[in-house]
Amino acid sequence: MIPELGHFALILALALSLAQAAVGLLGAQRAEARLMGAAPPLATGVLLAIGAAFACLMWSYVVNDTTVANVVQNSHSAKPLLYKLSGTWGNHEGSMLLWVLILALCGGAVAAFGRNLPSALQARVLAVLGLVAAAFLGFILATSNPFQRIWPPPMDGQGLNPILQDPGLAFHPPLLYLGYVGFAVTYAFAVAALIEGRVDAAWGRWVRPWALAAWSFLTLGIALGSWWAYYELGWGGYWFWDPVENASLLPWLAGAALLHSAIVVEKREALKTWTVFLALLAFGMSLLGTFLVRSGVLTSVHAFANDPARGIVILCLLAAFIGGGFLLFAWRAASMAPTGVFAPLSREGALVLNNLLLCSIAAVVLVGTLYPMFADLLLGEKISVGPPFFNTATLPLAAPLIGAMALGPLLPWKRARLAPALLRLWWVALLALGAFLLCLALEGQRIGPALGFAAALWLIAGAAADIADRLALFSRPRAAWSRARGLPRAAWGAALGHAGLGVTILGLAGMGLATDRLAALKPGEAAALAGYEFRLEGVRDVQGPNWTARRATVQVTRDGAPVVVLEPDRRTFPVARMTTTEATIHTTWLADLYVVLGEERDGAAILRLHHNPLAPWIWLGAAVMALGGGLSLSDRRMRVAAPAAKLAMKGARA
Amino acid sequence: MTKKRRRMWVLLLCGLGLGSATALTLTAFQDNLVFFRSPSDIAAAAPAPDRAFRLGGLVEAGSVQRETGADGRPTARFTVTDGAHAVHVTYTGVLPDLFREGQGVVTLGKLGPDGVFRASEVLARHDETYMPPEVADALKRSGHWNPSQGAAPPASSWNTLEPRRDGS
Repeated sequence: MIPELGHFALILALALSLAQAAVGLLGAQRAEARLMGAAPPLATGVLLAIGAAFACLMWSYVVNDTTVANVVQNSHSAKPLLYKLSGTWGNHEGSMLLWVLILALCGGAVAAFGRNLPSALQARVLAVLGLVAAAFLGFILATSNPFQRIWPPPMDGQGLNPILQDPGLAFHPPLLYLGYVGFAVTYAFAVAALIEGRVDAAWGRWVRPWALAAWSFLTLGIALGSWWAYYELGWGGYWFWDPVENASLLPWLAGAALLHSAIVVEKREALKTWTVFLALLAFGMSLLGTFLVRSGVLTSVHAFANDPARGIVILCLLAAFIGGGFLLFAWRAASMAPTGVFAPLSREGALVLNNLLLCSIAAVVLVGTLYPMFADLLLGEKISVGPPFFNTATLPLAAPLIGAMALGPLLPWKRARLAPALLRLWWVALLALGAFLLCLALEGQRIGPALGFAAALWLIAGAAADIADRLALFSRPRAAWSRARGLPRAAWGAALGHAGLGVTILGLAGMGLATDRLAALKPGEAAALAGYEFRLEGVRDVQGPNWTARRATVQVTRDGAPVVVLEPDRRTFPVARMTTTEATIHTTWLADLYVVLGEERDGAAILRLHHNPLAPWIWLGAAVMALGGGLSLSDRRMRVAAPAAKLAMKGARA
Repeated sequence: MTKKRRRMWVLLLCGLGLGSATALTLTAFQDNLVFFRSPSDIAAAAPAPDRAFRLGGLVEAGSVQRETGADGRPTARFTVTDGAHAVHVTYTGVLPDLFREGQGVVTLGKLGPDGVFRASEVLARHDETYMPPEVADALKRSGHWNPSQGAAPPASSWNTLEPRRDGS
């Protein structure tokens, strides 16, 4: 009964979202206030219906309803409750439902908080969101219905892939989807602006918070996924340039470019066409990411759920939305004349450079990700593109980006001179150079990590210099506190975001110095790594809720003093007939000690030992970046649209 | 700054960005594309010894020998076959959980001058029934397996079987 209700709610949501699209577009076109006014309640209705459907699916998982095919394929009664809940979106059908749920949430937010938007703009934005929702709801209902029944019901389900049964991964998809789908809103704003043929500062003020929020969630989602790969997959790596990882990096890069160029639209009314283009691009990358992950066209370590037939439908949706968006762009973009004029060397110029470099990196990653697929289709060659390609191709583009990142915020708008900005950064440059030389002196000829440390310090200290400069900390230190309180939160957020990237790069540079070794140890034997001694005390059997495991006890000592006891597992899941390794990690924040238990033979256990300097900082930096985004979002300016009244009148005429 | 000059600047910058991205991509492609080779491909034309590539096929049954190297590191020797030909592989490290005899495997590494493939990575998938698509393709090409007729034949019988030309 409950699953049928869910199914019905989904169909209702499809009907409502179609109505939302029609009412919004028609109403805005004919300037009929009653039609336009119907769009926000419809968006709320869609949200309620999809929310109900999602709740129904979740209920089926919690009670382990084995008459629902989706539950049977992905769940099991012995699974802990958290993973029964997260199992709702741990599969294709459920994750698509989560996707539309988040889209409906965004629509509901535009309906609720968009009252001070020009009504035609709001109606059109809601209409475009309704179209996207209708397309994906249709996709779900036609090809991947999560409420499909199965008869006769089996005794129990087949279980969730054990490596997905992890708290980090339980929240990875929702965060990632918040990011992906948030760009649907900027896309909707871009399409609405193209239909109206007008982009102004108010538009930029509306787009920027959405871009910021989506980008921040995406940052968190990517970091959580990377952290999960680090501790769960047991390879000691954090980023593999895997197609599925690249699929989330692409919208992140496009989104970062978008939120920077939206600043220029808001402050200076320049770069309008470019910003609209980026908004289309960011959502295009999100859809591409959904397509790559959900269709399984790519050979990937992540290939959990895939079905090529569904891929074709998503590809068609991708083509329709992106092709349609870009067609509209080609047709209407010329009508948006730029008004703000600026010199190449200025804040705007720096932001253009940022956009250019971010887009170049995105292009390189895109080509590297898709090339193997096309080579297979067109040339019949089985090729893979690995980390060496991405490292050699993206690092030369990232270097000038990082170089300009500390400099850009110090440049004034419109027209700038390089010398004063550089003068304010001299101590930052000195610090970076010091880090570079220190690393070379301590670690020998390791240019990569040394450059990484220099870049990290350049960014962190550069952000500090920017804030110090705005507070006039050195010239008038007494007034600094009151200036600090008066400084807009967006400025703090920007500095924090840039510093966060620096922290991440610090972690990456540290990981460049990571060491590891393999050792086959009998109980009582020890192996040394990076100044630590790892002694295997023994291996024993352990019983978990839905797994059994062999667990090693490893005593770690440094210069004879005990540091920590690590207990890595090798788990066997009988329901899924799979074995996974559970690494144990001891972090001192300066370094991670990471131990994985391999197979056992001849009384010896094979242990893989890793010493990963600064590893936690990679994800800490991402959290700082997201925090910076959040701080910017809480800026008063983002919430109060000052020229709204004047624009509302203009909007009504448009 | 006039509109015309500004447009020139923008075009110049865009050209620079696109140009450098293309140049970087092409040079990186030249050195870093990793090709997939089946044992039969290697028998037909041995790849250059300094070039990494991916070797895939089935792990021949009874071919896996595990030993501990002089420095205490575990080493595995096994044979990867696609039926028509086989290549010996050595790998130092922890084999993935799903590494089994008779299962599909993809390894990354370089071919030594003695014809032994030195793997730096061994990939076995997270799923027991999964066959890497490249391996499935290689098996089909060597005429040993027609997927429509059922699961792959046991790997141990492969080097002794005549390639079947009927099914394709």
